[in-house]
Amino acid sequence: MADIKKLVSMLKELDDLLTGCMRCGMCQAQCPVFAQTGRETDVTRGKLALLSGLSEEILKDPEAVNEKLQRCLLCGTCEANCPSGVKVTDIFLRARAILTGYLGLPPTQRLIFRRLLTNPKLMNNLLSLGSSLQGLFTKDADSVIGTSCARFNAPLIADRHFKKLASKSLHSQTPHKDTPSGKSGLRVAFFPGCVTDKVFPQVGQAVLKIMEHHQVGVFMPPNQACCGIPALSSGETEVFDNLVRQNLDLFAKGKWDYLITPCATCTATIAELWPKYYGDKMDAVRVKELADKVMDVSQFLNDVLKVTPKKAASPAKVAYHDPCHLRNTLKITAQPRQVLAAGGKYAAAELPGGPSCCGSGGSFNIKHYKLSDVIGRKKAESIAATGAKIAATSCPACMLQLSDMLSKSGHSIPVKHVVELYAESL
Amino acid sequence: MIRDALKNEFQRIVGKDNVMTEPDELHAYSYDSAVLDQTQPAIVVRPENSESLGQVVKLCNENGLKLTVRGAGTNLSGGTIPHPGGVVCLTTALDKILEINEEDLYAVVQPGAVTAKFAAQVAAKGLLYPPDPGSQAVSTLGGNVAENAGGLRALKYGVTKDYVMGVDFFDVNGELIRSGGKTVKCVTGYNLAGLMVASEGTLGVFEKLILKLVPPPAAYKAMMAVFPDVMDASRAVAAIIANKIVPATLEFMDNFTIRTVENFRKAGLPVDAAAMLLIEVDGHPAQVEDDAAKVESICKDNKALSVRVAKDDAERNAVWQARRDALPALARVRPTTVLEDATVPRSKIPAMMQALDKIAKKYDLTIGTFGHAGDGNLHPTILTDKRDQKEWHRVEAAIDAIFEEALALGGTLSGEHGIGLAKSKYLKNEYGVGTINYSRRMKSVLDPNNILNPGKILGPLLA
Ligand SMILES: Cc1cc2nc3c(=O)[nH]c(=O)nc-3n(C[C@H](O)[C@H](O)[C@H](O)COP(=O)(O)OP(=O)(O)OC[C@H]3O[C@@H](n4cnc5c(N)ncnc54)[C@H](O)[C@@H]3O)c2cc1C
Ligand code: SF4
Ligand code: SF4
Ligand code: SF4
Repeated sequence: MADIKKLVSMLKELDDLLTGCMRCGMCQAQCPVFAQTGRETDVTRGKLALLSGLSEEILKDPEAVNEKLQRCLLCGTCEANCPSGVKVTDIFLRARAILTGYLGLPPTQRLIFRRLLTNPKLMNNLLSLGSSLQGLFTKDADSVIGTSCARFNAPLIADRHFKKLASKSLHSQTPHKDTPSGKSGLRVAFFPGCVTDKVFPQVGQAVLKIMEHHQVGVFMPPNQACCGIPALSSGETEVFDNLVRQNLDLFAKGKWDYLITPCATCTATIAELWPKYYGDKMDAVRVKELADKVMDVSQFLNDVLKVTPKKAASPAKVAYHDPCHLRNTLKITAQPRQVLAAGGKYAAAELPGGPSCCGSGGSFNIKHYKLSDVIGRKKAESIAATGAKIAATSCPACMLQLSDMLSKSGHSIPVKHVVELYAESL
Repeated sequence: MIRDALKNEFQRIVGKDNVMTEPDELHAYSYDSAVLDQTQPAIVVRPENSESLGQVVKLCNENGLKLTVRGAGTNLSGGTIPHPGGVVCLTTALDKILEINEEDLYAVVQPGAVTAKFAAQVAAKGLLYPPDPGSQAVSTLGGNVAENAGGLRALKYGVTKDYVMGVDFFDVNGELIRSGGKTVKCVTGYNLAGLMVASEGTLGVFEKLILKLVPPPAAYKAMMAVFPDVMDASRAVAAIIANKIVPATLEFMDNFTIRTVENFRKAGLPVDAAAMLLIEVDGHPAQVEDDAAKVESICKDNKALSVRVAKDDAERNAVWQARRDALPALARVRPTTVLEDATVPRSKIPAMMQALDKIAKKYDLTIGTFGHAGDGNLHPTILTDKRDQKEWHRVEAAIDAIFEEALALGGTLSGEHGIGLAKSKYLKNEYGVGTINYSRRMKSVLDPNNILNPGKILGPLLA
């Protein structure tokens, strides 16, 4: 556990960040959680107020504050629109780290974080065991979307229509890859991220197929560790450091031009959070190098490989969901749409009401499933309202949530990653 | 602390989930958008229908509990900072738009409906609800009526009070009082709806609002005029009005604000200009052409260095983006942003600008000024850091000086942000003791236990 001195200095830093909030309340228009509950503790301003109270009174009621703080998707929408430019997600991540340091995690969570996340081999083994057992506990819910739900009353699963773990994960299909650059003269390092790896290996395969098609060399080292966002957003900074270091070492083993991921969250985490929160300052150069070279796969296809929309006679409508981490953090909205249309079969249909968070938010979905559910169902309805027969996005975590929500609300609309649809055409 | 029995009563009325008493929850309702000290309520309740809203008011009165109604909590005068140990009643669940009547041009809404959402639904029916406070993306219509909020279009279209046709509200006994109606003309009884406008939650609790709608203008044209001197800009404002042109919007930005916005957006604003006017005329297409040409030549006659007329929607948007950026850009300069609201007759804008300049120098503060030149409503914005106590004392003294100056010029304490807690101490300087006594007598009869947002507008009631 962090020592008191360190916590105090962290609180001081937090206080400096907090003074920028002028309590104007404009974040009420942005926050998807507030939109559901109408409670000040659920909107940025209220949370910031709690934190400034917290740093003044030094942790009077940290449990309650922590509880409120967890009711946030870290979607960054408020930050992207805050008139005062308050670094909201930065504040929340730091606050979670402080609170976690102070409170300590419950033993089971500590075990999961410490043992599993720092040890990708062990995690992979455990999860593949899980995938062979899951059939026992689940039944098919929607065969088009490919979701399942709990066969028995399982509290953690509740009434989720979840995507099953893939029967064969990406890393067992393609344990590693090291191909030379072809005509393109480019070589990319490929970081699929854990949801792609374990749930949507086909997304990873689509990326590999696309790279092969464009003659881009691929460096995909085995035993990749998670990008660390789950640890960071729970305030587990040591675990986070450990994961980042593992990845730094792995990717240092190859020579490549860009680091690409099909996961909006991974990209945002590597680009923005690694340089900001990685504790080992001696390693700053390596982190910065990776952060500068990481790219969302659509961004790479569009901006570097110059893949552009193909004119199609009568393109099929695809409802496109903007993942928050692409839209708010990285400001990437055009590229995925371009890639979607590049196969010459599809065109992006815009969701009525404009972009908004799908309500997943990593562990938010687990801790506040009901809220996540209401937010997600609205999203499902807006997807259905486009009349599109397919939904697409650029983040496997969003794919999970959208699949759950579309399936539960009875819309048989399959959810694809834009690269899957593009790969179809090659 | 609130007694358990009372807490149970509130729970019975609004449901368990809608009652909050935990310290962290109370902390989140101890402030609004004003830069004032926080005070905590003892309980926060969130009624989901108007019946329980009425019961909440009644219960508070029966038990002498001080009640503060809260919409979005964006008011800038401390109007929703609760009485210590009192009750905060949220309207966020009472957010329904009950009717938009296209034949008779009115709408009926619950008080918690968000202004911009309402305006968008009205626009979708081809009509216009003109009041557009800068906070409209989050502010509630109940809050707008209770503060008599204004906006960018106030010059031509008026403020919230000009669109209030009726207010149904609960008195302290929880009895529903109906006032005004759906007809254009209505003189039945006292104008209680009018009394409710700008009452800041001190006279009754709104349950329903009837609001007037108008047809939108067929055409509009925006322009940006740059001046070498504040005096020239002010003379241009006066000349536009004197020439019988009433623009929909006529906004002002001083040099400091222009430079800060330019720093923030890099949109190519004239950083050397002493002042900028942002103007929009609207109405019938032919008249818009005519008015725009006249405004352009009036600005030039008054020494405008340049006048840029927006050719299309993109250029128009660029003009308004500059105005929208004023607050965000200023807010980033220093940690604390104090947005003031002094208003003077529009002919006195140059004098007010000179006074603000002097005040900034005297108290060694940074003040950026922008605002609604057309209605003399300026927003001197003091950029400071509340944690620096010495500087904060100077800020407080400067605020006193700003209002003294505004009143000396024949102006008012508040153009649109309300009196609340922030400015109640100045009230007698504007209206005198007689007015305060009259208002207090009225309040003491309507609210004998003084439960409705005590301390706001009239200050602490001694009687
Ligand atoms: C960035 C920003 C820009 C702004 N721009 C403008 C502007 O351009 N023009 C302008 O006029 N103001 C502006 N304001 C001030 C503020 O937004 C307005 O005063 C607005 O009308 C407040 O609405 P609200 O819903 O937040 O009300 P609140 O702040 O929640 O409440 C305001 C008052 O109304 C009372 N009240 C609320 N609901 C009821 C009810 N149902 N019954 C009885 N009383 C009730 C409250 O008790 C309180 O006294 C701005 C504020 C900010 C932060
Ligand atoms: S976080 Fe930003 S938008 Fe929200 S109240 Fe603070 S300054 Fe306003
Ligand atoms: S990050 Fe998203 S969920 Fe969290 S407070 Fe901001 S808008 Fe709300
Ligand atoms: S963002 Fe999610 S999917 Fe991507 S690596 Fe991190 S945890 Fe795994």
